[in-house]
Formats: sequence, structure tokens, C-alpha cells
Amino acid sequence: MASVILNNLKKTYPNGFQAVHGADFTIRDGEFIVLVGPSGCGKSTLLRMIAGLEDISEGTLSIDGQVVNTIDPADRDIAMVFQNYALYPHMSVAKNMAYGLKNRKISKAEIEKLVARAAQVLNLTEMLDRKPSQLSGGQRQRVAMGRAIVRNPKLFLFDEPLSNLDAKLRGQMRIEIRRLQRELGVTSVYVTHDQVEAMTMADRIVVLNGGRIEQIGTPAEIYHRPASTFVASFMGAPPMNLLAATAAENGAVSLGQDIQVAAGADLAAGRKVTFGLRPEDVALVAEGGIPFDVQIVEELGANRLLHGQVAAQPFTVSVPKDNPATTGRNQLLVRPETVHLFADGVGARI
Amino acid sequence: MKRAGFANPWLPILLLVPQLTIIAVFFYWPAAHAIQSSFFLQDPFGFGSTFVGLENYADLLGNKEYLKVAGFTVVFTLLVTFLSLGLALLLAVKADNVIRGAKTYRTLLMWVYAVAPPVAGFIGILMFDQSTGPLTAFFQSLGWDFKLGVVYSDTAFAMVTVSVWKQVPVNFIFFLSGLHSIPVAVREAALIDNRSASGRFWDVTFPLLAPTGFFLLITNITYALFDTFGVIDTLVKGEPGNNPMNLVYKVYVDGFRGNDLGGSSAQSVILMVLVLALTVFQFRLVERRIHYT
Repeated sequence: MASVILNNLKKTYPNGFQAVHGADFTIRDGEFIVLVGPSGCGKSTLLRMIAGLEDISEGTLSIDGQVVNTIDPADRDIAMVFQNYALYPHMSVAKNMAYGLKNRKISKAEIEKLVARAAQVLNLTEMLDRKPSQLSGGQRQRVAMGRAIVRNPKLFLFDEPLSNLDAKLRGQMRIEIRRLQRELGVTSVYVTHDQVEAMTMADRIVVLNGGRIEQIGTPAEIYHRPASTFVASFMGAPPMNLLAATAAENGAVSLGQDIQVAAGADLAAGRKVTFGLRPEDVALVAEGGIPFDVQIVEELGANRLLHGQVAAQPFTVSVPKDNPATTGRNQLLVRPETVHLFADGVGARI
Repeated sequence: MKRAGFANPWLPILLLVPQLTIIAVFFYWPAAHAIQSSFFLQDPFGFGSTFVGLENYADLLGNKEYLKVAGFTVVFTLLVTFLSLGLALLLAVKADNVIRGAKTYRTLLMWVYAVAPPVAGFIGILMFDQSTGPLTAFFQSLGWDFKLGVVYSDTAFAMVTVSVWKQVPVNFIFFLSGLHSIPVAVREAALIDNRSASGRFWDVTFPLLAPTGFFLLITNITYALFDTFGVIDTLVKGEPGNNPMNLVYKVYVDGFRGNDLGGSSAQSVILMVLVLALTVFQFRLVERRIHYT
């Protein structure tokens, strides 16, 4: 258990490509941090730098108060769970879990005890003698978890560990990993491109884009106060509606020639902004709202998605399952407190 | 799984005929012929032969010269096999870590693969030549009066060196591709689990290379036993005398130089039995311990 300090970490590859542009944050003891972003955003590179599998080009990384930039992965007291599990195919489940312990000069009896306990926690007791090839995807995933927890390291690192599982199993494992991490209290860094995993598992989320950190915050902060249009559109499903708009008088913004929405903003009239609204924050009303032309209705069971246009720009609304929904002209009611405004161009929150 | 079948039962047989013909003509027929002639004593001029039963075999097993060649064959085969496999594995593991100029480096290491065994033997003669060979000069500077074709152990040394040199590139290519087939993540997991590079090699890399290694073990034993003929033939310049040779070369020397077709056939049959036994042993004992992913 330890805190991790990333001090302006940078990664530049020999070909000049800069994968991480200065990551600067502190992971608190026992915290579950999720690094999320689209592919190629540098999240895996950052994780691998923490693991020691990738050299750090600039900046310092400390684990538990010790700078570990040049320390071997094996000596950082970390455990990593890989995307494709990376089990040793020639070793039994028990040996897979014991390998890291064996190399740390722990007695045989102690290893046996630790492995048995980890196997019990993960429901693997019956499979200890099997080879990885005889296990299902979910079981392999649990062995990979077992290999990490058996060592009781300072830091868990997860590299998209659930992306190879089917949807149902992914949901189960998500809860299981979170429960285990809470119980063990081990500081964890978890990489994923799945924003649902990020929202449900994280204490704090780090959103990355193009090697830069867009926002760090709790899932609620990220959802309610996205720092940029990127975060706003990346986190949340369906994504936030983003419309080009112009500031108008009295805190309103205008979306088109004669569509004005009260946004509670204090901006110079005429300034170009991006107007953001979550699909679930709008209600359909009979009259008095802004016009919304619905083209397609998507039935999701628990709710419906209405895809259409507001002020000739694409717009999506999510309504609860009991609300009637039809294509054609509808009216939308916008509450000012649910409106997000972002600067035009850079996309930073106003 | 659904099996595809042939409507006409003769078609699969027809399709197998070319392969079966080749095996029959080039393997079964000569093998049968060798077994047959191993029970006869041939007239040196080819006019007739006399049935002598197992006498050819009895002669061989009581023959000191034959046992000496058999002993040399065992030592030679073991040395060539283990040195070529060991050196190739070492080179492959090291080459796998090279980052700059990796392609050029690997290509240079594979080059010798294209050299035919007799040519390798000829290059060996040049290198180990009594008066002009650079290696001979080098050994002499170290105080070793190296005499190729004169001193038994010196000739043997040259034979092993050239045979190994010729075989290392083949093994290197296989080991390198074997290394590449080990998932990167598995190696990285090992990097986190074990700080010692040699520990990681023996615990993770080596066992995962075992299928490649086993295949190479068989091909290398076969190479050392049979394919080194060209190297040996060139190095002893067809004048075996007191020079070392292996069993295969002795079959040739006795049969075609000594005109003892019966005796040399008996040697061939013994070799066949040995190889058969060796293969059964390898598959029964060694392969069982190998993990195929």
C-alpha cells in the first residue's frame, strides 16, 4: 500500500513521437484510479511507465516516497494484470500464482498457504492443477488476478483486463475487482477505454486525450462538470450533445436565428461558444420548448433514444420508457442549470 | 467436426500414388535391398554372391575398427548437436535483444545457411590448412601444432567445428522465430515476477521454446549422423587412413571403396535400426515433457 506521485512524466519514443506530454498527479494510498481515453491517448504507455516496462523520458515517478525511475519492474513491488492475461502457458494455475513469490525467496510452506488463500478468494481451488489452456476466459482472468493479489504488492496495475471477456462476465468481474481492491486496500491504477468501467470502478478518473490529461476527478465531477468538450463527449452514453452557439443578452445563448435558451451564463453578447446538454437532462414538453425534429427512435428497453436535429445540428434525447415518443416535430424543455458551456475552439469549460 | 469425404474410393488412393511411389522407389526398395544384401557375401567383381546368414553382422560387432568408428560417431553426434543448438540459442537470445541494425545483424548470422556441406568442408580446409590456414597459424601461435588430416584428434576437431559452423544458422533462424512467437505480455509478466534475467530465461523462455528445441534436436541429430557426409568427405580428402569418420561415411568407404557390399549393407541396416530406436525414444520420453501451446 502506497501513494504514487507522477511528477511531470513524459514519454518520447526514439522516432520523435511524444506519447505522454507531462502527466502530473498524485495517487493517494488505497485509491482506485482509472486512466481512460480513446486508443492511442497514451493511457497504456503511462501505465507501462509506472510498471517499469517502458522507460521514462522525463520527469520522476515515486512509489511510496521512493523515486523508481531506474528501478527494475521486479523491484518496484507492483503486480500487473494484462489484457490477454499473460499467464505462463506451461505452468499450472498454482505455479502461475507462486512464480512471483518463489523468486522473492518466500518459503515453500508460506507460498502454499498464500496461493491456497488467493485461490479460495477467487474460487480457483478446484483448478490449481490445471494448465491455463484448460481454463475458460473468465477463469484465466481470475488466475491473472490471483497472480497479482497473492503477492500483496504496494500497487496493482490493470491494463484493460476485462476487454477480452463477454459483456455479462465483464459486469461481474468489474464488481469483483472493485470488491477485492476495497478489501485489500491496495492502491490501483486501471487502464480502460470503456467509460462505463471508468465511471463504475474509479475513485478518481484521469481522462487522457492525445497524450495530455484532460481532466482528473471523481466520476461525479467528470460527469457533472466536464472540463472540456472532449471529456463531455467521451464520458457518458449516449454522449453529451454539443452545439455551436452564440452568447446572447441576459445569460441566454442563441442556437440559431430565433432559438434562444436560458443558460444562466454571464458572457459578452455575440461570443461564440459550444453549448452542451446531456441527452438525459432534457424533457419533452407539449409546447413552449425549443423545436426538436426527431428522425429516428431507438428503443433500449429502460429508455428510448430520440435522434434528430435542433437548430439544424444533430441532437439526441433520452426519455424514460413510459414517455411516448414519436418522430416528427417535438418540443424540448431545457433547464438552465443543466447547460454546459465551453469556449469555442479550445473546448475548455467556461 | 464434419469430415470431407470422397465419393469415389479410388480417388484418394490415386492422389496418394505419387507420394507413395517416391517413398517406395527411394526408400523402401533400397532399404529392402540393403537388408537382403546384408545376408550375402558379394564377389568383388560383381559376378555372384553367397548366402552367409548373419556372418556380416557378427564380423562387424567383433571388429575393433567398426566399434571405434561407432564410438566416434556417438561423440561427434553429441558434440555437433549440442554445440550447434547451444550456440544458436545463445546467438538467438542475444540477437533478439539487439535494437539498432537488428535486421542486418540477423541476416549476417543466417548467411552461412546457404553454404552447402561440401563447400563448408572446403572452406574448412582453407581455414585449417597445414601451411596457409589462418586458424592453423592462430593455433600454432598458441603453441598447438595443429595438423589437419594427420593427427586424429585435430582432424576430429576441424570436423566438429565446420559441422557446427554450418548448422548454427539453421538453428538460429528457428530459435529466433520461436522467441518471436512467445507473447510479449508473457515476457513482461515474467519481468515483473523475476528480477534475474537468467532465471526468466530458464523458467519462462526456455520451456516455451521447447517445441522448437525438440524439433531442432531431431533434425540436428539427423544432420550430425547423415548430412555431415559432405563435410567429412571433403576434410579427409577421400583418404580416410587413420582419420576419424562416422558410421555413414564408413558405409560408403567399405561399400564403394572396399567393395564389401554385404558388410556395408549390414552397417546400413544397423544404422536404420539405431535411428528408428532413437526416434521412438525421443517421441516417447522427450516429447511428453514438452508443452505445446
